Amino acid sequence: MERQPTEPVVSLRGGTASLGSRPVLRGVDLTVRRGEVVALLGANGSGKSTAVRAVVGQVPLSAGELELFGTPHRSFKEWARIGYVPQRTTAASGVPATVREVVSAGRLARTKLGWPRRADREAVVRALELVGMADRIKDPVAALSGGQHQRVLIARALAAEPELLIMDEPMAGVDLANQAVLADAVREQVAAGTTVLLVLHELGPLEPLIDRAVVLRDGCVVHDGPPPEAVGQHALPGHDHVHPHAGPAAEPIRTGLLT
Amino acid sequence: MDILDLAFMQRALLAALLVGVTAPAIGIYLVQRRQALMGDGIGHVALTGVGLGFLLNTSPVWMATAVSVAGAVAMELIRWFGRTRGDLALSMLFYGGMAGGVMLMSLSANGSNANLMTYLFGSIVTVSPSDITTMCVLAAFVVVVTLGLRRQLFAVCQDEEFARVTGLPVRLLNLLIAVTAAVTVTVAMRAVGLLLVSALMVIPVAAAQQIARSFATTFALAAALGVLVSLAGTTTSYYADVPAGATIVLMAIVLFVVFTALAAPLARRRARSTTAAAEERCTLEVPEARAPADDVRVV
Repeated sequence: MERQPTEPVVSLRGGTASLGSRPVLRGVDLTVRRGEVVALLGANGSGKSTAVRAVVGQVPLSAGELELFGTPHRSFKEWARIGYVPQRTTAASGVPATVREVVSAGRLARTKLGWPRRADREAVVRALELVGMADRIKDPVAALSGGQHQRVLIARALAAEPELLIMDEPMAGVDLANQAVLADAVREQVAAGTTVLLVLHELGPLEPLIDRAVVLRDGCVVHDGPPPEAVGQHALPGHDHVHPHAGPAAEPIRTGLLT
Repeated sequence: MDILDLAFMQRALLAALLVGVTAPAIGIYLVQRRQALMGDGIGHVALTGVGLGFLLNTSPVWMATAVSVAGAVAMELIRWFGRTRGDLALSMLFYGGMAGGVMLMSLSANGSNANLMTYLFGSIVTVSPSDITTMCVLAAFVVVVTLGLRRQLFAVCQDEEFARVTGLPVRLLNLLIAVTAAVTVTVAMRAVGLLLVSALMVIPVAAAQQIARSFATTFALAAALGVLVSLAGTTTSYYADVPAGATIVLMAIVLFVVFTALAAPLARRRARSTTAAAEERCTLEVPEARAPADDVRVV
């Protein structure tokens, strides 16, 4: 399929934001066009997470303009067009919940305050099939591994059948086998025409999918173009790299550097 | 069944039923949001409403509802806009509410210490017919909100940031949780008292989540446990002549301990029945340590 990367889906111009008194974004330009897969790269503290959280309206911009699907952010209402995968938090909620219950929460972008119909329940199952977790639909999320939990969070974002998928470090703390499954799921979405914006610490198994990489350093864009080569990626300033040498079924060694 | 022939016991048991359903129904969302003690805070604030009711000679239950709703909304606002010292602002609200209640009560003509005690620790057998009407109306509101919007409230309490990005009216839903919690406090006030209200919101949920695997099961089981201990506690208090509120709460704690003890063997049985793979032992052979390529030894 020939992609026509023309219409901007995300358009952030001169975005600045601060957390407390510390400026985190200092005039960031970020454009994602329909059908593109854009990776946001950078060292810890470079502002890449803040940038995507600003795009989904969870960090207020102190200056700059943000448009989503051509609509100014303030008047944007069609949130069902965006599937959001927040950075995974290890703190599980106090009350048990099944995989189905968590993924169904993503479908609320379509059902809002109404009751779910049959099509909504089917969309939840389909989203779980996409990430290969349909057989765990009745299991409590507390019983899942880190990688499986991440797949469930991606299914939750896919349940609304979004046009734009925004993921914050989807591969952090995910073992290689689960990374491969996640990459396949993203590849299917991209093939179906979904636009993807994702924060990555390193390109990893998603590398062949990525059309464009935006590299942030100290809240400024220092690169916007084709993804850096493996050597260039390693040469990024402040790049700390942990090679998961363990077998495919094992979790990578958690040094705390990747989080 | 002689206890069911007594009008005051009929009202007491009906009140217990309403409290048993509503307190865990809203409590589950507070527990999920890690605000288990919010009910406690609202209970403190509600006492000012009770005092105001006595002072102005109006219904203490309705005044308590009004004041605790205002207090709950204030707490929610502090959570939104509050910076680092939100906990201090909340404690001002809690202790101010408690002190205000005691002060207003002492200023009013018929606000004796005995009256104060019935609101602090509950007095389920003195529930009047008009109290019951009020409680039914308030309990209906709580049930409609907590059941009708359970998917939305679950999403908000499970992952607030994600819920905001789905476009749900998260602030409105958070306010609704606060208001519903406040209404529940006043429903439960006559039964278990303002100081023990939070127990019925939290303990049945804590017990249910020891063995439940889904949110829906936790919800249903917590409500069932709430009704069980409320009815059993009220009945016991009649026969044994002990305070109903304390009996209900102690029974709930016993149930929590029993469920916690059941949790471990139950989890083991589930593990056995669901995963046959667990029977398979490791079959991989561990390779022997490889000699370094440049097998240099110090002689």
